[in-house]
Amino acid sequence: MKNWLDNRNVLGALFMVPAGALLLVFLTYPLGLGTWLGFTDAKIGRPGEWIGAENFEFLFGDSTARLSLFNTLFYTIVASILKFALGLWLALLLNKSLPFKAFLRAVVLLPFIVPTALSAIAFWWLYDAQFSIISWLLTKMGLIHQYIDFLGDPWNARFSVIAANIWRGVPFVAICLLAGLQTIAPSLYEAASLDGATPWQRFRFVTLPLLTPIIAVVMTFSVLFTFTDFQLIYVITRGGPLNATHLMATLSFQRAIPGGSLGEGAALATMMIPFLLAAILFSYFGLQRRKWQQGGKD
Amino acid sequence: MAREAVPTSEGMQYLESVPRRVVTLYVPLFVFLFVLLFPFYWMGTTALKPNAELLSREGNPFWVANPTLEHFKHLIFETPYPDWMWNTIVVSVVSTFASLVASVLAAYAIERLRFHGSKQVGLGIFLAYLVPPSILFIPLATIVFKLGLFDTRWALILTYPTFLIPFCTWLLMGYFRSIPFELEECALIDGATRWQILVKIVLPLAVPGLISAGIFAFTLSWNEFIYALTFISSSEVKTVPVGVVTELVEGDVYHWGALMAGALLGSLPVAVMYSFFVEYYVSGMTGAVKE
Repeated sequence: MKNWLDNRNVLGALFMVPAGALLLVFLTYPLGLGTWLGFTDAKIGRPGEWIGAENFEFLFGDSTARLSLFNTLFYTIVASILKFALGLWLALLLNKSLPFKAFLRAVVLLPFIVPTALSAIAFWWLYDAQFSIISWLLTKMGLIHQYIDFLGDPWNARFSVIAANIWRGVPFVAICLLAGLQTIAPSLYEAASLDGATPWQRFRFVTLPLLTPIIAVVMTFSVLFTFTDFQLIYVITRGGPLNATHLMATLSFQRAIPGGSLGEGAALATMMIPFLLAAILFSYFGLQRRKWQQGGKD
Repeated sequence: MAREAVPTSEGMQYLESVPRRVVTLYVPLFVFLFVLLFPFYWMGTTALKPNAELLSREGNPFWVANPTLEHFKHLIFETPYPDWMWNTIVVSVVSTFASLVASVLAAYAIERLRFHGSKQVGLGIFLAYLVPPSILFIPLATIVFKLGLFDTRWALILTYPTFLIPFCTWLLMGYFRSIPFELEECALIDGATRWQILVKIVLPLAVPGLISAGIFAFTLSWNEFIYALTFISSSEVKTVPVGVVTELVEGDVYHWGALMAGALLGSLPVAVMYSFFVEYYVSGMTGAVKE
């Protein structure tokens, strides 16, 4: 018995049982089941029949589904670019010698750690049509004469939820990039300065190449979570006005759970997978190649 | 395992003049901090304002003229908020501990036992981490229903590990990798079993990693929304984020005071926990990204 347990393969398999079983039952199996459901006409309380690609054909012809695809891409692209730019800027600021640095870093991360659903409620209140403090402030400053209808107008609503997403995502990007910045040796900057590099050149030719691997991973995660975002939209707009802010995730929830069409919802969710894979491959390999070009290792 | 901060630009700081530093560093930093923290301030003042003050356009909205705890009282005594709080605590604590146990075993097996195929399993764990809940909740709902777990805490306790285990395992693998092999070899020669090695040598050395993974897992499960929204329908089993969003919003009259009080109270436990373990939290987050 003892010898048998000393075998690393047997013991390894034994140690993998709890994690493996949970992940197989509640992750791998549902992933397959979800794809299968996308090809059925399952409703809540009724197991579905195989109907081939009918759900997908229907969704391609459905203007709301097409709009949700556009919204998702727009939301992901705009929010990710801004999160990256602002996050990198904030990381560079926090990397300078500052008083209370540890405290500042802790405070900056707060938006990321509080439950998104709850901070989204705060944004909902900030965007209120009648009592928005933003509108109040701008009116007092004389910049606008009428309260802004943040969530009632399609484009205003899109930019409002993007702003909320950026607010939540910037701390994550900034703190991760800061961790990367702190691994860059100060001597490199000193050497570059002695060679006459300007601050911009120091950033462009020292910071950026050394930071690229971390940027790749952080942005892969950021794009992934933005593309599949659900909470912010569900809480702030529920997809409105006129479906202008419906993302694929929120639309698939609406069709499947309150709407009862599990098959259709699952098909929408399945349609997100190719985009996710593309995003992962693009940001991972696209930036990965840069890494060895710059002579970095591993 | 907090990384030592390298004072990056300490040596060249003298090259910058004071006015330049104010414009390029302090002003943008202040704007960032203001924008990032303002929603919290606004939550706090809204929660303390009496209704009349909330709806009036007179006076200074940034200040509370007559602070009241009315909204908190309403929340605690007239809504099922305490139930939601209790559910969130139970679900988060149990799923975090279960995930930690499973992850320790899995990470040790993958990283240290190096069983046949451990490389592939490690990669699989990483890929599992990339599967977002918003494409899993529909099939999971049917599974939860078939298992008879619909509308119970078990539905959440069993499904949260799907995103906790991959994260914790991945993080712990990094920590286990940093423990020298020699320690284990010595123990093996002295006749220790693998189990003894794990419990008496590896785990004590990986305590910072365990804390990081635990804190992070706890906040992830506390913040979870879509599963709790889909799998739970009775008010008394709901978690705080779902309860506040689905039950405190009644009709067209929004009780902003109570909503903000609920959001604030629901954020408090994670914020407090975070403030005690900032270093662990940050090293957990950045560690998972860096590996």
